[in-house]
Amino acid sequence: MFEITCPGASHAKVTADFSVFTILTSGISPFYPEFVKIVEVGPRDGLQNEKEIVPTGVKIQLIDMLSGTGLSVIEATSFVSSKWVPQMADHTDVLRGIQRAPHVRYPVLTPNLQGFQDAVAAGATEVAVFGSASETFSKKNINCSIDESMLRFEEVINTAKERQIPVRGYVSCALGCPHEGDIKPSTVAKVAKRLYEMGCYEISLADTIGVGTPGSMLKMLQGVKKEVPINALAVHCHDTYGQALPNILTALQMGVCVVDSAVAGLGGCPYAQGSSGNVSTEDVLYMLHGMGIETGVNLPKVIEAGYFICNALCRNTNSKVAQAKSRTL
Amino acid sequence: MAAVMRLVNRSTLSSVMGQHYAAFSSSAKLTAAGVNAGHTLPDKVKIVEVGPRDGLQNEKTIVPTEAKINLIDMLSESGLPVIEATSFVSPKWVPQMADQVEVMKGISRKPGVSYPVLTPNLKGFQAAVKAGAAEVAIFGAASELFSKKNINCSVDESLQRFDEVMKAAKEAGVPVRGYVSCVVGCPYEGKVAPEKVAHVAKRLYSMGCYEISLGDTIGVGTPGSITAMLEAVSKEVPVSALAVHCHDTYGQALANILVALQMGISVIDSSVAGLGGCPYAQGASGNVATEDVVYMLHGLGIQTGVDLSKLMDAGAFICRTLNRKTSSKVAQATCKL
Repeated sequence: MFEITCPGASHAKVTADFSVFTILTSGISPFYPEFVKIVEVGPRDGLQNEKEIVPTGVKIQLIDMLSGTGLSVIEATSFVSSKWVPQMADHTDVLRGIQRAPHVRYPVLTPNLQGFQDAVAAGATEVAVFGSASETFSKKNINCSIDESMLRFEEVINTAKERQIPVRGYVSCALGCPHEGDIKPSTVAKVAKRLYEMGCYEISLADTIGVGTPGSMLKMLQGVKKEVPINALAVHCHDTYGQALPNILTALQMGVCVVDSAVAGLGGCPYAQGSSGNVSTEDVLYMLHGMGIETGVNLPKVIEAGYFICNALCRNTNSKVAQAKSRTL
Repeated sequence: MAAVMRLVNRSTLSSVMGQHYAAFSSSAKLTAAGVNAGHTLPDKVKIVEVGPRDGLQNEKTIVPTEAKINLIDMLSESGLPVIEATSFVSPKWVPQMADQVEVMKGISRKPGVSYPVLTPNLKGFQAAVKAGAAEVAIFGAASELFSKKNINCSVDESLQRFDEVMKAAKEAGVPVRGYVSCVVGCPYEGKVAPEKVAHVAKRLYSMGCYEISLGDTIGVGTPGSITAMLEAVSKEVPVSALAVHCHDTYGQALANILVALQMGISVIDSSVAGLGGCPYAQGASGNVATEDVVYMLHGLGIQTGVDLSKLMDAGAFICRTLNRKTSSKVAQATCKL
């Protein structure tokens, strides 16, 4: 037996069983967070890459169903120009139409000050900005360099601060870019740090084209956590190469406890050719619950919401859990 | 190690399938600066390709013998070190494998590659050896009900049958691989106790199987239940003699494989294009796709000896033959670009 003094809990001395160190050094039985917050991005990141324009009423119903599942964060819509993302043209109607559950937050994407102001006018109480770790992707996706985008976001963040509206930051192409290929962890770290220091409360690191593996996820997180505290980090994995769940597992082993996912595995990025499929919320929940990690989310209700939106889109779910459950029903 | 540690009081590991992974004290969590993530992974992993057997045996379309042979030959060219070629079970039970002898005789065996075949009993073993088999595999179950429904006898009875096969194999100098199915869950019994899996694995290993492949037959396992099971089994069988055979029915296969690697496992079963499942386990479908496993392993810097693009060619071929889409996400993504 030995004692460890915790820097983070100086009011208590703690003791740890020797077996803990044995386990640690042998690499067996990694420790995981007890609770993981799921950020549901289906209504935004999911739907924005579905070719079929989903009626406003359906979007609202989807969000309302998700609000009843126990999810605490549901990204509702995006205040980008409808010229670029027609699916999100009804952003104001959606935000005004949803029934906000008391324990749930409904962030919206805001690429610039104009979008932010529209979002607030429509009732938004939390927003998100998205930078990129790749210059080429930034130029192709939002028509400006990374530095220029940061200036735009600074405007948004400063204005949001005045109005006490929390801002979440995204870094896309964190594990690879469709144009540039490999992205250095130090570049991701730099962008993440910038967003964090400007005032984003959380930084979501996105594997936009799903090329990451536990190998590259580990290296990227090792780089980023030098600059941003681990509890302010989230991972946003795409399942394009089937790697999302092992990547998320790796992130959990590194101490990340916020995971983005999309009901039914909807969507991708319209600006990254070939990319498809956020990881599905159902499959993430199945894994987390199987590991004894709490999420507060009711999996059967998420599956139901998934079936609803897939019916509306006339498409099959991408969630393996939902597929398996429907086969055994 | 820049680890921040708080109180961790490890209580008993629950062995209940699909539920609690580890009942650690709820008062703290450990952040271990990536010490587990990637720290003790093997340098090399042996992939055991089961597509031509486990894959095809669950495909409804009967694949012509020529196509099976072509598939195996293409897989041989991709660098895979082990390719499970066919099964000497009765064609009454598994019609897809009725051409077992022709397949064994028709394939071009690449030097250095093993072509094990399944042999459920002595008769099957004898037929396999006669057809040229140089390695065989036997399969037990960790679930009594599954054993009865799948091979019509209890677990103990099946192990007795295998005794005969083991003796004959020893005399003939033929190595034997052992499978344990339903290692975390059974479609009939539900949860499967890790101790039961350990018991069956130990029996097979003591009988002389050089390697034991632990099969999550219906894909219900998660990193939680897989870890608990492997911890129990590795007390009875050396980890170097263990393999994992994960099904991707609930999308958990790669995550499960990752934790297995972290526990020292360096043999992974998978199936090109994610073909197949088990005809006797309702709702089960889809071995994990070899392409997706190889992508992950290579991304981790682990050597497999496999050429991914040649592997994808083999996958594309068999999917065309079966007139079905691949279940491999890597193959799907690559075609799109």
